[in-house]
Amino acid sequence: MRRLTSTFLGYAILVFFGLVFLYPFFIQIASAFKTQADAAAHPLSLVPHPFDTSSFLRIFDSTDFPRWVGNSVLVTVLVTAGRVFFDSLAGYALARLRFPGRGGVFATVLAVMAVPGVVLFIPKFLVLNQLGIYDSYAGLILPLIADAAGIFIMKQFFESVPPDVEEAARVDGAGVFRTYWSVVLPMARPALITLTILAFQGSWNEFPHTVVAVQSPELFTLPRGLADLVSGSLGKGTQYPLKLGAALLATIPVAVLFVIFQRYFVRGANEGATKG
Amino acid sequence: MTLLRERGTRRPDVVVPRGRGSIRGPEARAGWLFVAPAAVLLALFVLLPVLMALWVSLTSWNGQGSPFTGRAPFVGVDNYTKLFTEDGLARQDFFTSVRNNLYYVVLVVPLQTVLALCLALVANQRLLKGRTFFRAAFYFPSVTSSVAISVVFLFLFANSGTVNAILGLFGIDGPLWFSDSRGLVHLVLDGVGLVNLDAPPAALADHGVFGLSWWDWISGPSVAMCTIITLVVWTTSGTFMLMFLAALQDVPVALEEASLIDGANRWQRFRAVTLPHLRPVLFLVLTLGLISTWQVFDQIYVMSQGDPAKTTLTPAYLSYRTAFRSFDYGSGAAISFVLFSIIVVLTAVQRWLLRERRG
Repeated sequence: MRRLTSTFLGYAILVFFGLVFLYPFFIQIASAFKTQADAAAHPLSLVPHPFDTSSFLRIFDSTDFPRWVGNSVLVTVLVTAGRVFFDSLAGYALARLRFPGRGGVFATVLAVMAVPGVVLFIPKFLVLNQLGIYDSYAGLILPLIADAAGIFIMKQFFESVPPDVEEAARVDGAGVFRTYWSVVLPMARPALITLTILAFQGSWNEFPHTVVAVQSPELFTLPRGLADLVSGSLGKGTQYPLKLGAALLATIPVAVLFVIFQRYFVRGANEGATKG
Repeated sequence: MTLLRERGTRRPDVVVPRGRGSIRGPEARAGWLFVAPAAVLLALFVLLPVLMALWVSLTSWNGQGSPFTGRAPFVGVDNYTKLFTEDGLARQDFFTSVRNNLYYVVLVVPLQTVLALCLALVANQRLLKGRTFFRAAFYFPSVTSSVAISVVFLFLFANSGTVNAILGLFGIDGPLWFSDSRGLVHLVLDGVGLVNLDAPPAALADHGVFGLSWWDWISGPSVAMCTIITLVVWTTSGTFMLMFLAALQDVPVALEEASLIDGANRWQRFRAVTLPHLRPVLFLVLTLGLISTWQVFDQIYVMSQGDPAKTTLTPAYLSYRTAFRSFDYGSGAAISFVLFSIIVVLTAVQRWLLRERRG
C-alpha cells in the first residue's frame, strides 16, 4: 500500500513537471497557427480556432526570414566543421604528441576556458574592427571556431584510449598524420559525434556574438533576426502568431537533432561539466 | 565519467618505452602543426582582444578611427573611478545594475539548484516507467535557442498571455509583467502595511551608498525581473538535473539497501547516503550557477532591454549598451572588466569556503 501511494506520487510529480516543461512549447505551436485575435483571447487553449497558417506566409513575405536561415546554415556548417577538425587535431596533439611548449599551450586553453564569454563583447568587437573584418562573414564565423572547451573534451577523450593501436601503426612505419587520420580518428567516433552536436547546437543558437560582430541586416543569423523582430527595431506591433511561428521554425533543427541523438546531448552536458 | 578520468591519468609516454631519438623531431613538428590553427584562433580572438580592451578601458574612445593610434584620448583610470567614486549617472546606473543582478543571483542559483535536484531524484526512481521520456522533457528547454525561448516567454507573460490567464482561473488579476518596475520586497513591505510605496520612509529614502538610496537597495527584484528569473530557472534546471543524475547513478546500490535494512526512512536515507555522495556535484552546480548568472544577457536583450525603470539592467547588458548604443567604449570596457573581477572573486571565495568545509 505504501509503495502504491509513493509510486502514484512519483508519477504525479513527473507529470506535473512534464507539463511545466512542455506546455510552453505546446502553447507556442498552437498559437503559431492561431489568428492574432484568437491568440490574445485564448492564450491557454491548445486548439487554434480557426486554424490559420497565414502567419507563416507572412514570416516569409514580410521578414528577411529566408536570408536569416541561409546565414544560420552557413555559419553552423562552417563553425561545426572547423571546430570538429581543429579541436580534435589540437586535442590529440595535447594528449599524445610530445613537443616543446605543450604545457604552455594547454595552460592557455585552460585560461581561455575560464574567461566568461560575456566580458568578451567589446574585446571581440575591437579585434574585428582592427582586422577589418567587422560586419563581414569572416568576422561572423572565424571567432566562433575558436573553442577551448572542445579542445579540452577531445584531449580528455584521447587520454582515455589506450595507445597500443597507434603504437602498432607507428611501428609499421606510418607517419604521425597518417596514424591520426586512419587509425586514431575512426576510434574517436563517439567523441567526435558529441563534439559535432555541441558545436551544431552552440553555433545554431549563438546570439551575443552576432550582436557584436555584425550590424548589416544582410548578415543577420536566425537568432539575431528573431531578436530584432521582437525587440522593436523591426517590430510591427504585437503579432504573436508570427513571432511564435518564427521562433518555432528556429527551434526545429535542434529539436530534431535532440530526438535523434539524445544520448550524445546528455554526454555533452556532462562533458561540459568537467571543465568547471 | 570517473572511469574515464582515472584511465586518463595514465600518461602514454610512461606506458610504452620506445626509441625516442628517431621520432622526436617529426613528432615535435607534427605537434605544433596540429595545435597551431586552434592556438592561433584562441590567441587572436580571446587573448589579444582582452589585452586590447584593457587598453581601451583606459581611453575615452568613441568608435571613430582606431583606438591604438594615439588619436583616442588617454584618460587613465577615469572610466573606473566614474563607476565607484564620482557621483553621477554612470555610477548610479552601474550600481543599479549590480543591485538587479544581485537579486537575480540570489533567487536563480538556489531555485535552479533545488529544482534540478528534485527533478533528478524523481527521474532516478527505478520503479517509475517512462523516466527516460520525462528526463528528455526536462532537459529539452536547455538545448533550445535562448532567443526563441525568450520569445515564447514574452507571450506567456504578456498582459493577455498564458500566465495571466492561469492566474485569472484563480480569480487573481495578474500584473502587467513587463512594465511593472515595483520591487518584490517593496511590495511585501507595502502589503503587510509596514511602509507606503508612494511615500517611502525618509530614513531609507534620504540616505544611501554608491548613488542609490537604502530604499532602492532593498527593493528586491522587480516584477519584470521575475519573469526573466522564471525563464532562466526553467531553462537551466534540466542541464543541472543531468549532472545530479550522473552522480546519483554512482551511489552504490548496496549502500542504499544496507540503509533500508537498517530501517532508515526515505529522508534519513537521503540525508545519510545520497546527499554526501552528491556533495561534489552540488558544489559544481553552485559554482557554475554563480558564474553563469552574472552573465545574463540574451534574455535581457530580447525581453526587456533593461526596462522598466532600469530594473532589469545588468552589468553585462549595461556594458553592451554603454559601448554599442552610447559609443562610450572606454566605460563599457571598464564595466566588463569589473564584471570579470566580480565573477573571478566570487568563484574564488566560493571555492575557498567549500574547501574549508570539506577539510
